[in-house]
Amino acid sequence: MTNVSVTVNGAMRDADVEPRTLLVYFLRESLGLTGTNVGCDTSSCGSCTVLLDGESVKSCTLLAAQADGRELRTIEGMAEGDQLHPLQESFRLNHGLQCGYCTPGMIMAAASYLKENPSPSEDDVRLALEGNLCRCTGYQNIVKSILDAAGSMAGAEA
Amino acid sequence: MATTETFIGQPVLRKEDPELLTGHASYIDNWTMPGMLWMALARPPYVHATIDGIDTTEAASMPGVVGVYTAADFELGPLPFVWPITEEIKVPVHYPLASDKVRFNGDAVAVVLAETREQALDAAEAVAVTASELPAVIDIEEAAKDEVIVHDDLGTNVVVHWSHGGGGDQSVFDSAPVIVQERYAQPRLIPNAIEPRGCLAYGVPPVDEWTLVTATQIPHIAKVTLAGTTGIDEHKLRVIAPDVGGGFGSKLNVYAEEALALALARRLRRPVKWIEGRRENYVATTHGRGVVHDCTLAGTEDGRILGMKFVELADMGAYYQLLTPGIPELGGWVYMGPYDPKAYWFEFKGVVTNTTPTDAYRGAGRPEATYVIERLVDSFARRIGKDPADVRRMNLHPPHEDAQTSIMGLNIDSANYEPLLDKALGLVEYDKLRADQRDRRERGDRTQLGIGLSTYIEMCGLAPSNILGALRYAAGGWDGATIECLPSGHVIVKTGTSPHGQSHETAWAQIVADGLGVSPDEITVLHGDTHSTPLGMDTYGSRSVAVGGVALHFAVEKIKAKARTIAAHELEVAEDDLEWGDGAFRVKGAPDTAKTIPELAVSAWHAHALPEGVEPHLSATAVYDPPNFTWPAGAHVCVVEVDTETGATEIVRYVAVDDCGTIINPMIVEGQVHGGVAQGVAEALYEEALYDESGNLTTSTMTQYLIPSATEIPMMTTDHSQETPSTTNPLGVKGIGEAGTIAAPPAVVNAVIDAVSHLGVTAIEKPASPERVWRAIQEAKGGAA
Repeated sequence: MTNVSVTVNGAMRDADVEPRTLLVYFLRESLGLTGTNVGCDTSSCGSCTVLLDGESVKSCTLLAAQADGRELRTIEGMAEGDQLHPLQESFRLNHGLQCGYCTPGMIMAAASYLKENPSPSEDDVRLALEGNLCRCTGYQNIVKSILDAAGSMAGAEA
Repeated sequence: MATTETFIGQPVLRKEDPELLTGHASYIDNWTMPGMLWMALARPPYVHATIDGIDTTEAASMPGVVGVYTAADFELGPLPFVWPITEEIKVPVHYPLASDKVRFNGDAVAVVLAETREQALDAAEAVAVTASELPAVIDIEEAAKDEVIVHDDLGTNVVVHWSHGGGGDQSVFDSAPVIVQERYAQPRLIPNAIEPRGCLAYGVPPVDEWTLVTATQIPHIAKVTLAGTTGIDEHKLRVIAPDVGGGFGSKLNVYAEEALALALARRLRRPVKWIEGRRENYVATTHGRGVVHDCTLAGTEDGRILGMKFVELADMGAYYQLLTPGIPELGGWVYMGPYDPKAYWFEFKGVVTNTTPTDAYRGAGRPEATYVIERLVDSFARRIGKDPADVRRMNLHPPHEDAQTSIMGLNIDSANYEPLLDKALGLVEYDKLRADQRDRRERGDRTQLGIGLSTYIEMCGLAPSNILGALRYAAGGWDGATIECLPSGHVIVKTGTSPHGQSHETAWAQIVADGLGVSPDEITVLHGDTHSTPLGMDTYGSRSVAVGGVALHFAVEKIKAKARTIAAHELEVAEDDLEWGDGAFRVKGAPDTAKTIPELAVSAWHAHALPEGVEPHLSATAVYDPPNFTWPAGAHVCVVEVDTETGATEIVRYVAVDDCGTIINPMIVEGQVHGGVAQGVAEALYEEALYDESGNLTTSTMTQYLIPSATEIPMMTTDHSQETPSTTNPLGVKGIGEAGTIAAPPAVVNAVIDAVSHLGVTAIEKPASPERVWRAIQEAKGGAA
């Protein structure tokens, strides 16, 4: 067993895990943060996307040990109390989710991308989401949600 | 709180979203229990083989392993199969674990229990199976030759033959001025709900009561059938569908893993959990489609369709799952499409192969039918040199507001097809596109434009129980609803439908809100638990609103009848002197003298002064068996650009015009269309399950099976301004969950063919990959492709 210590959603957390443990299972099973979902075993679907030191990663592509000492943010850390993150709010207003399984990954990928490119075009958003699969929405309302959120986030900062 | 607002028809935001958006959903993999064991299955790397021995010694000795079990260790009945569609059907017996033979890549032979997920998976890998490999048969036409037999005891692979038979003058298929004959193959598809399957079984051992929490579309059907398979008394079994991450038909089933988890939890008196891996999902969860149709259209030179005839061969896979041979039969009622042929014929044969069982996949039989109808109509139009839109328009069935019997024998509830086509052509600017297409063709542009149409009908609202009985389906098609008005003013709705993305919590609240004059915020919709919502037949076949939603309507009516009696008593007027308006019972002529449902719920609860004969508590249950199906319809147009040098296709416009009857929530309807069309585009251009010569699935992960991402799916223009009310039910609702998947594949493929038809191309199969398109162009040019 190896001890992994991280800052998740602002809090220090640690647990002993088998060295082969993937980051996503460390989050889900050791830390109980089950908002991050697992949809495949080939890093294809993007459901498990989280932020590692502020940048999106598929948490099934990393070992928990690789995150040791680093800072993570998951879907549970996006809202502030009852106040949804602008991306969450925008997904709600635009019907950007149906079954909701891909949604945490979509939101985390979008959060990372909008930091890189705060005013993206529709094509930019589509390209940025290439690693995240959704089977319910046809992506249309996800893309709309992200474009709208970009607008409101830019407005909030201005 | 009572309200006078109306909610049906409004884009009410979803009640489901807060938990799903913040990472607090109840998906099956989020469940854990003290003492819980993990289950994993051993699926040996064979396709078709006689099992000579299963050695579990090594697996049993591995760290954390609690037990390894084979078929011999269980007394389990066969897995449920509920749709023996003919008297003569041959039914392969299907046990949860294979013991004599492996019959497909993914067939499980042993099950492991261990303390952790990883230990269970490691030990499952270590189960040693010795087996003698047999030749495998994957292709349905090969299988139909019976050279390799999948089930020796059945003696043939052609296990079922269902004929709808013909109607009208069959001689047109020989004598009509124009006869179009085509053969269309539709590949196998893997449903790919983003959440894989999974389940957790636990119990209260001293009283032998067991609960299965499972990622399913059908907790109610699962309860009844799993009681049969496991031997647990039905009244001691509870099935819960938690938040479910998509289904698309793949969770409309009862699987071996569910029976095994229950049996093992009961045996070890410990909770048992299983979560499917994606590779496992690709072989162990049902597939869809996998059919070949021989098609004949009889018509006239000026474009009249006289008759349509379809003979289908359908891949069942190695076993039947819950409904397998019923899927092509379900499609068997829509082969007239929205048209008005005077003659038809439909029959199919089901063939077993050494592959994963097939079953419902979004649309279930109706996409298969619509694809071949719409391809055929385009071929006919090309043959006689007419515009495909004109040919469709002249053949659309005339409108009717009341139910009319179709040539195929079922009653179409209401129809008005031509305005849908006109609307779609207008939105896409059809004439302009045709002009652009002519210009590009004249210039010989490398990138050509293609316009594809699909006018469709679908049969939803499954289903009148008497018709299901006549079709030899084992269950009914009714659904239940209970409404309880609490003294706090809150309303509890218990529905028998079981959503997995379809937003029932929101839409059902809207229906009840309007009925009772209560805000949707004051309504909680419970679903998917056979204990708290015991009356139901679950969610599939675009049935939920047209059956479960209508059951709610009748429960509302019962509540209101009782509430009216109490209101009249309290207001000291006759019941006839009350009218319902603005969310309350009001005295005629004195509308301010009124009682709201929340007020009457308090009266019914304390029951201090109820009228004679009225039971306390304001609650009611309704069970609704639909008198007919519902028949949505629509017209979709896809516009593509095809690079004639590479064969690459890009969708540049997509217009979907759908008439799903009365709309409860337009935002939800639009979302259903988006997702359905995306799955249809995926089917048309990208997705196909492929096997190697030995029968191993080569598209075995998401890296090989091409699920489109946001870069491949176009923005769509949707329109649902036409709401032709269903005459089947008082809400006028029809259903929308599958329309996109039914309409889109032929619209897209027709567009691709249309883009290169001037080069002589007349056919391209799904998925219309760049390679297929390029080859079709080369062949048409007479080059070596």
